[in-house]
Amino acid sequence: MGQKRTMYEKIWDNHVVVRGEGGKPDILYIDLHLVHEVTSPQAFEGLRLSGRKVRRPDLTFATMDHNVPTKDRHNIEDPISRQQIETLRRNCKEFGIKLFDLFSPEQGIVHVLGPELGLTQPGKTIVCGDSHTSTHGAFGALAFGIGTSEVEHVLATQCLQQYKSKTMEVRFVGKRPPGVTAKDMILGLIAKYGTDFATGYVIEYTGEPIRELSMEERMTICNMSIEAGARAGMVAPDEKTFEWLRGRPYAPKGADFDRAVEYWKSIVTDEGAVFDRVVELDVSTLKPQVTWGTSPGMGADIDSVVPDPDSFPTENERKAARRALEYMGLKPGTPMSEIEIDYVFIGSCTNGRLNDLRAAARVVKGYKVHPRVTAIVVPGSRTVKEQAEKEGLDKIFIEAGFEWRDAGCSMCLGMNPDILKPGQRCASTSNRNFEGRQGRGGRTHLVSPEMAAAAAIMGRFYDVRKWEFKTEVTA
Amino acid sequence: MQPFVRETGIVAPMDRVNVDTDAIVPKQFLKRIERSGFGQFLFYDWRFDENGNPNPDFVLNQPRYKGATILLARANFGCGSSREHAPWAILDYGFRCVIAPSFADIFYNNCFKNGILPVTLSEEQVDELFRRTFAREGYRLTVDLEAKTVTDDDGLRFEFEVDDFRRECLLKGLDDIGLTLQHEAAIAAFEARRVAW
Ligand code: SF4
Repeated sequence: MGQKRTMYEKIWDNHVVVRGEGGKPDILYIDLHLVHEVTSPQAFEGLRLSGRKVRRPDLTFATMDHNVPTKDRHNIEDPISRQQIETLRRNCKEFGIKLFDLFSPEQGIVHVLGPELGLTQPGKTIVCGDSHTSTHGAFGALAFGIGTSEVEHVLATQCLQQYKSKTMEVRFVGKRPPGVTAKDMILGLIAKYGTDFATGYVIEYTGEPIRELSMEERMTICNMSIEAGARAGMVAPDEKTFEWLRGRPYAPKGADFDRAVEYWKSIVTDEGAVFDRVVELDVSTLKPQVTWGTSPGMGADIDSVVPDPDSFPTENERKAARRALEYMGLKPGTPMSEIEIDYVFIGSCTNGRLNDLRAAARVVKGYKVHPRVTAIVVPGSRTVKEQAEKEGLDKIFIEAGFEWRDAGCSMCLGMNPDILKPGQRCASTSNRNFEGRQGRGGRTHLVSPEMAAAAAIMGRFYDVRKWEFKTEVTA
Repeated sequence: MQPFVRETGIVAPMDRVNVDTDAIVPKQFLKRIERSGFGQFLFYDWRFDENGNPNPDFVLNQPRYKGATILLARANFGCGSSREHAPWAILDYGFRCVIAPSFADIFYNNCFKNGILPVTLSEEQVDELFRRTFAREGYRLTVDLEAKTVTDDDGLRFEFEVDDFRRECLLKGLDDIGLTLQHEAAIAAFEARRVAW
């Protein structure tokens, strides 16, 4: 070798089982396979039909998140949801897979639970039948979403046939202003470059602003890589990463941990390695973001206005913007801060971690939710929920008039009973504002947890940089 | 998997950019545990109104596109969720081929696993196909995977690129799990040298 390589290339090379020749894909080994109830039933069925086993049940972990009710989880009213959950239970039992079941204290959104348990580690290849698997890249893992056929493929072989992606460096520069969060960094990036600028690429996020982020914030950024079209998003592991992992249930222990750290340090991008494309974003000019349309790239600064469709350069973009404004019930020129909302959702694998809840609680403390607004907080996992309750965050939310729910995907995609009614407008900390994503006819605006909290209080979007914090929350 | 060699059929135009998999199959239909029967849910929220009645304006409900087997689409088709229910629905509805200027990665990959051919053409070529599809009722294309061409009866001929390996798997309808399992010895050798803490 001797060549300079990027982190992506190193992890890739370390996992090649068979090099594909003559245009064939490489066969890559998978270190960790996460499974959930929605994209796995047909994969297990496929195994059964062909008489195959799960090759490495010890590298496979399952949980239930998409369908679970966040109110009374003993009682899954929808019979089809119940069947999906029971099917996963049966499949895990039959094939010997560890399942974090509905009532296990660790249950949660698959991308919150993996890191929390220390399953997610630098240098690993991680897959899951879910596009936001990119979240795990925050640890310097190569993590990407796969379809159900590939879920079956990994179950049967612990490998995947893969073509290499191109590499892209997304370099953040400048100093991040107060009130501007990791969510604003990623929303700002996608608003600037579009929802497919990274199609065919794996992104590595670099620069001082990334190094300064906590692990949770790095996860928020990597999580939404898929909204830029990327196969995966990664951040090089550093001391923060190692400290975060130390002592976690599935992290290496004792001398193994030290050996692991040595290995983890070896996988970072070599000085002088070349990326296929480099994109830069100056965070010092960023402002809190609010999306106005039905694609995550349709974003604007809080102090700006809903754009005029005619201002877009191509006919396809103008058409898309017109259609989006019609669906969203918005007029060009309306100040973002005058858009009134009905619903607030704080949660999801993008922003449902402890630090997100802390940040939102800090805004909420001492205020009441606007009378028009229904506001819910759905912790990303039961572990997050328990820790938040230890810190008394639940009380702050409840006193303000929020509903404090149990863990799951909830309103991020509304497969459980938590959905918007047609025409309702929601400030959401999730990752997708597609038509109907949170319920048919529902209107989703993507924001940071701080912005969602402020919107819940004001009943409209509000520039959180101007927020008057009533009291400091001691966390 | 059903092989794909050549397909001649009516073209249905989906004239929007960034059609996401939530739109292709809304989440309320992801709860089935089978692979089949998703065609009835394809583009559900666009195809049907709140009461489940067909929306006459929606393109697939127009009689002229009945029986279409080729879906013509815009950039970034299939973005969003990794749900394989999206290609399952497209196939079950009767489409064998999707043509677009670009596709989202996971969706593109999922198509090949299900006997659907995603064809990438340039923006200009796709524009031309939209023009012709709108201009004439019953407009048909032939997509030939062996020759890697898209042709019509009026002499239009576009060539497209596709990975040789994917092409071969699709032409023969190969099961790629079986292909990987042929490398059992290499997998076992990798597992023996793999570091695990
Ligand atoms: S929280 Fe939303 S984006 Fe994340 S895994 Fe659940 S449904 Fe998918």
